[in-house]
Amino acid sequence: MAHFEEVGSAKPITESIRVDKVSPRARVFHNLRALAVLVMAIVGLIPIFVMIVTAFKTRSDVVSDPPKVFFNPTLEGFVYLFTERALLPKASLEEAQANAENLGLFERIALESGQEITAPSDYVNRLKNSLIVAGISTVTSVVLGLFAAYAFSRFDIAGKDDLLFFILSTRMLPAVVVTIPIFLLYRQLGLHDTYLGMILLYTAFNLSFSVWLLKGFIDEIPREYEEAALVDGYTRLQAFFKIVLPQAVTGIAATTVFCLIFAWNEYAFALMLTSDQARTAPPSIATMLGRGGIEWSAIAAGSLGFLIPVVIITFALRNYLLRGVTFGAIRQ
Amino acid sequence: MATIQLQQVEKKFSEFYAVKPMDLTIADGEFVSLLGPSGCGKTTTLRMISGLETVSGGIISLDGRNVTWRHPSDRNIAFVFQFYALYPHMNARQNIAFPLQAEGMATADIEKRVEEVVKLLRIESLLKTHPGKLSGGDKQRIALARALVRRPAAFLMDEPLGALDAEFRESMRAEIKRLHLSIHATTVYVTHDQVEAMAMSDRIVVMSAAEVQQVGTPAEVYYDPANLFVARFIGSPGMNLLAGQHVGKQIRLTGRGQYVIPDHLHGPLTEALNGNSEVILGFRPEAAEINPDGTLNGNVYATDMHGAYTMLHINLNENEIIHVRGDRAFSSPIGTQVRFNLKPDMVRFFHPKTEKAIRGEARS
Repeated sequence: MAHFEEVGSAKPITESIRVDKVSPRARVFHNLRALAVLVMAIVGLIPIFVMIVTAFKTRSDVVSDPPKVFFNPTLEGFVYLFTERALLPKASLEEAQANAENLGLFERIALESGQEITAPSDYVNRLKNSLIVAGISTVTSVVLGLFAAYAFSRFDIAGKDDLLFFILSTRMLPAVVVTIPIFLLYRQLGLHDTYLGMILLYTAFNLSFSVWLLKGFIDEIPREYEEAALVDGYTRLQAFFKIVLPQAVTGIAATTVFCLIFAWNEYAFALMLTSDQARTAPPSIATMLGRGGIEWSAIAAGSLGFLIPVVIITFALRNYLLRGVTFGAIRQ
Repeated sequence: MATIQLQQVEKKFSEFYAVKPMDLTIADGEFVSLLGPSGCGKTTTLRMISGLETVSGGIISLDGRNVTWRHPSDRNIAFVFQFYALYPHMNARQNIAFPLQAEGMATADIEKRVEEVVKLLRIESLLKTHPGKLSGGDKQRIALARALVRRPAAFLMDEPLGALDAEFRESMRAEIKRLHLSIHATTVYVTHDQVEAMAMSDRIVVMSAAEVQQVGTPAEVYYDPANLFVARFIGSPGMNLLAGQHVGKQIRLTGRGQYVIPDHLHGPLTEALNGNSEVILGFRPEAAEINPDGTLNGNVYATDMHGAYTMLHINLNENEIIHVRGDRAFSSPIGTQVRFNLKPDMVRFFHPKTEKAIRGEARS
């Protein structure tokens, strides 16, 4: 019997693909972990949920206390978000109400609160600006960062460490500290409120990040792959595109998402350096707070629209990201 | 196929020599091993030949063409890496075809060439597999196929068997040797494993401390080591080396007897020692014969049974242990005294200061 007890007291196997080999204790622990993750996910998603719900609430439902969980959804918030409206005088209000059948969905909703739509709002335009500025600056900083990171990783560059530190140091001042000098600089250069100005700024800001992150990923790709390609008859550049690039995909994906999120969410610079032409979504959503009564549902709807592109990109790259965050520089 | 010539090739990292100036000519179709402990510069030498490492001085010629500053892709050589360096995002077939695509060869021709090497290496069943799913030996087979498919002027192999299991290493060794014999390609092979170098090479370049110690056939480096390093490094265990006094026609080992020098070596020895009596006597374990009338003696320290023979460890003085190969039936209690003789044609002498071998005129 003693013999069997000895076997039983051995350390239980806690990780195996064979379910029957995993000890019950480990399974319970596994379930507990899953539960913990679930709870964290719910806590994290509550603000998003509130935002989505608020976007579909009426004015009165939004401010009701306690908050309503069950309510009649309306597109009012979206109408306020996408349009500029004016109050109709009594006479034309009745006329319009009689004619309601022929109106579009948004007009009818506006009419319910006695308003008519005078013009589209600039929200769509701001979102487009955000897409242009964030998209182009992200691609530029990842492409430039990739080449720089490769060079730093593979070649003996004079003053390599100093250069890398210098690149990193561009991130050391908080954005608010440098906004005023950059504002003055941009006004002189005619870059104020232009796409080019914003793209340059975000690229410069993200470049340090992408160089460092990508260098970590490229460092982990053995040189021998390229060396094999070199002796196999390829030039350095061909070896880079045919061998290094496919290996670096996870790193590129992770870097892309990080750069995109920064450029997409950036607020301080955008507020100071743009006014109308190149204004991006973050400051424009915030300014909605200021106009007359606070249109909470419109703000929620605007934030919702602002979230969607990042969610799409992150979802599209999620497989690479998962590997990227576990294998790259972030791990250290 | 091609000859490879190194003239005063060296590699320096600031003031530190990775490879001291070396000369080496490798004949067409020859299999040459660069052998040495890690950090001796053998891999750096190989990489300089391939062009993956720049030289700090000297000239490298391939078939008479000076390629010292040519790009690796322009040298028509193939490199086999220790860790295979198969492209992980391509399957085995794509890996093998990759060098041919660089030449812009037509797809049909590529197919044909790949087919040839696949047949030669018998790797038909592996072609659709990605490197991540292959065993070490199969990976190295694919890497060899990728090297072969280009029909390069020379093969450079950097410890290709170093990452394999011991059991597998032996069969792959035979495979590489057979391959070499069937295509007769000029091959430079880097290894730290002397058994591998002895088994495969036409000639061995023994390197240590960034310097070439000896260039010779496996028999030469084994029987006639040029210096103490080679004597110790080659063979397992290495050569027995004993400090002795050269007195008259004998080498005296303190308290353990003497060895009589053959006549033809007496002159060269006296000349080389130049008045000093200190000399180092070297002999391989198989050069000693256990003999009750032997002129040398020591105490049995340990005996290892090796199946075909027994390795005797004999303690001459405090902590001076020599290895002697005895008959497989030999058995003697630890501590007992044994007497032995040395076979004169297998005894070597070394200068204790220069550490170089002292050779008779007849031999040199």
